[in-house]
Amino acid sequence: MNYIDPHIHMVSRTTDDYKRMAMAGCALVSEPAFWAGFDRSGVEGFRDYFRQLTVVEGRRAKLYGIEHACWLCINAKEAENVSLSREVIAMIPEFLELPNVLGIGEIGLNKNTKNESIIFREHLDLASRTNELVLVHTPHLADKYQGTRMILDMLAHESRISASRVCIDHVEEHTIRPALEAGHWVGMTLYPITKCTPSRAADLIEIYGTERIMVNSAGDWGHSDPLAVPEFIFEMRARGHSESTIRRVVYENPLAFFSQCQRFRFEPRKEKLATS
Amino acid sequence: MATNNMPKRNIMSVLDRDFLEIRAKVLELAASLDRLDRASEHPGSHPDRRLAQIRLALEVLSIPEPSRAETVQRIFSVDYDPQWQSAFGIGSEPRS
Repeated sequence: MNYIDPHIHMVSRTTDDYKRMAMAGCALVSEPAFWAGFDRSGVEGFRDYFRQLTVVEGRRAKLYGIEHACWLCINAKEAENVSLSREVIAMIPEFLELPNVLGIGEIGLNKNTKNESIIFREHLDLASRTNELVLVHTPHLADKYQGTRMILDMLAHESRISASRVCIDHVEEHTIRPALEAGHWVGMTLYPITKCTPSRAADLIEIYGTERIMVNSAGDWGHSDPLAVPEFIFEMRARGHSESTIRRVVYENPLAFFSQCQRFRFEPRKEKLATS
Repeated sequence: MATNNMPKRNIMSVLDRDFLEIRAKVLELAASLDRLDRASEHPGSHPDRRLAQIRLALEVLSIPEPSRAETVQRIFSVDYDPQWQSAFGIGSEPRS
């Protein structure tokens, strides 16, 4: 089955991962801007990173027959530096005309601080002025519930952005319901220890259905699995779910969300028809 | 709890596939609790909040309600204050 990984940080992965993902059926990845594992020293570091995301990484993916799209922002971990964040936000429009840019992301909160909230709102302002899609990172572990509710509050007050043009990512059992009820798309991240496992993600599909729900690996430089989406496919099949149900979650839903971006173009692989 | 048209499996099919995995997880949890009990007290420390969270979560597991996973998640979560924007001194007025 062809699948899409709508959240994976391929700049942190090897070409071996691209090959294994291609062999597992990956047709398209979308890569949000995120924290490099260290705080960048200035805005030029972000300009280089955005060039890597918008130009270099797509070429690398293409070698393995995988389409590559991306999102741009300064992540919440670096948002404590408000002046740097504002410089980066002012620079982002330089890249917004590029065809493989899907929107603003992954913005959000990390430790749920005042400065993170200020920069999140300023990212939302940029997205509304430029009519961009938004991909939202929700905090980790104990901070997730509080941070997700704070994010939903800020989105509710940003009436210029339609709820259906925002994806709330890394939802789990305690955050999926308010995000869906607010009208947003949601992403479930399949991680070995934190966030969702493939079996818990399948449970949530069984509880909430397939509408506006995606799954992703969020593979990065930490403990993560770039083949987590195929693990989810395997789990759903083992439970007896139909191919059409699985395909909706891992392929059709990401395409439907991304297709709200007017620049987004995707040529589906042509299926060979069986002949007898 | 949300409703949808997803097909429901019967309990036998869930047990047939998942029993050994559930057994392994319960055993792992039991061994983890034994490990905590074997550990000595930390000199001079107050009771750790994490132990209370674990005990509360274990109580929830034995209550037959349909959203135990969500309840356990909340036990391990920081509380949400609806007035947080006032506390931060940032506006909550709609932007349009």
